[in-house]
Amino acid sequence: MLQLRRKGARRFRPDRDVEEWHGRYVPYDIIKEFVAAFLVVLLITLGLAIVLSSPDVPPVTLKSWSLRAPLDFAQTAVTELAGTSPTATYGPPYNSTPGVSQTIGPVSLESLLGVHHPINTALDDVIDPLRTLPSDPALASAIRRYTAATAKAQTGWTDAYGSALVHARFAAGKLVTRPGDYGPVAEMIGALTTMARSGALDGALVSSKQFYGTDYTKPLLFLADGTYLANLAAAQHLHGTQWGMMNETGNFPGQSWLWLYTFWYQIPPFTTSTNADALVWAIMVVLTVLLALVPFLPGVRSIPRKVRIYRLIWRRHYRSLAGGAGGAV
Amino acid sequence: MNADSDGSDTGVQADLPEDEGQWSARLRRAAVNALPPGRLLPDRQPAYVASWIYVFGALTLAALAIVVLSGMVLAIEGPTWWHLSRVGLFVNSMHMWSVELFFFFMVVHLWGKFFMAAWRGRRRATWITGVLAFVVSIAAAFTGYLSQQNFDSQWIGTQAKDGINATGAGAFFNVLNFGQMLVWHVLLLPLVVGFVVVVHVLLVRRHGVVPPFAPDPGDLVAPEVVASAADRSVTR
Repeated sequence: MLQLRRKGARRFRPDRDVEEWHGRYVPYDIIKEFVAAFLVVLLITLGLAIVLSSPDVPPVTLKSWSLRAPLDFAQTAVTELAGTSPTATYGPPYNSTPGVSQTIGPVSLESLLGVHHPINTALDDVIDPLRTLPSDPALASAIRRYTAATAKAQTGWTDAYGSALVHARFAAGKLVTRPGDYGPVAEMIGALTTMARSGALDGALVSSKQFYGTDYTKPLLFLADGTYLANLAAAQHLHGTQWGMMNETGNFPGQSWLWLYTFWYQIPPFTTSTNADALVWAIMVVLTVLLALVPFLPGVRSIPRKVRIYRLIWRRHYRSLAGGAGGAV
Repeated sequence: MNADSDGSDTGVQADLPEDEGQWSARLRRAAVNALPPGRLLPDRQPAYVASWIYVFGALTLAALAIVVLSGMVLAIEGPTWWHLSRVGLFVNSMHMWSVELFFFFMVVHLWGKFFMAAWRGRRRATWITGVLAFVVSIAAAFTGYLSQQNFDSQWIGTQAKDGINATGAGAFFNVLNFGQMLVWHVLLLPLVVGFVVVVHVLLVRRHGVVPPFAPDPGDLVAPEVVASAADRSVTR
């Protein structure tokens, strides 16, 4: 060990330093190894693809939602019009609802970056799509009456109609509610439901600004505000309490590598915290940085040497040393 | 090219001394010094490299190659092809399963390298680039799941948005924007994954495979071999 203490040399640390290899070398064809690995993985992949295929459950559309669950669609549409839906009250990056942003300590990163995908659910999800419909004097009048009304009157109508929809039924292609003072809201939501059932609302929400649309933010947020999408997800064991998005539809493995991220959502305080997302992300960033810095972390970098699993990996090497054959360190 | 008096071509550069200050020459010298051909494409390796765990690095690269190749086939026909064609569904299945295998091999590789303490001997950057490759691959796979245009994409997108938005990243990384996620998946993130993996592999070739820990007395039977372990030089 004396030569390790020579001038300028740092102390040898077994978890940081290595002894240079002066032992035996053996033939090794790196290209052949890769080709063999490629062929093996190709065969396994082919086998899995042939036998198990891959999942492809069709997407939910506003049309399929409103056809299969028209009341849920209408109830959600009323909350979009009233500005009380989860999207309408989300905060950044969709709108500037105060006091709802998640924080890490005193810092709210989403508030700092602000509103980048502005969504006014009443206009974007209900009123503007209705305005694209062919001329309908009754509907046009309803929209004019609603937009000209005071906020108090609008809230009164949407609250009343939202409550009525709880006990409503859908018959002969129409929403049937008990009589009440719903102002123009019943006309508007009825028209929007009909529009959705025809498929026109799907296109209106995607192509509201340009012909070639690839941004599905608005229809997806609309879908997520209802209970229909969530019920389908629960049936496919995809809810957050079911380890969420690391799963995939059917019995496919999904993103199993997200297990640690999903794990935090299964335990307190993250199961109930309103800051769960921000906190879980903060934890994962810290853990990822620590993983990258393992070589620099005293104690952690010693774990491999102390748990001695390396003896299994290099068992032939140690056996050869014990036998005195080649491979001297 | 010039013609010699005997009519054969000789390179002009043969008549000129190397311009040592030239950027190209300096880069070439640095590259050859860092990775001589024998180290870049070796035909020998230390005898201690004798375990199945070493295969998982090559298996990870092989799976990545199949991920890229199957992804390129999907890209040729476009994002809706695999929903409408049996051949497309098969290629998508290959893409998906090669991704699953890629992560499985990579995680086994990572744990193997952890238990070898493979960062020892100036190999810290190799470890860090490996972790970086793992993290960027997760992002690449995630955008792939968002680009599927099916129920999984819808659910994953609407659930993941809350986490992404909570970090502030939702301002410029909108998981509900299919076009944006598709471009990240087929261009930006594969470029980053490819770059990081290439750097990682070059670092592995430059520094070689980490040598074993010095044997503890209990590991060996022959006492004279234990004694010889003290006579060693060191690389940090």
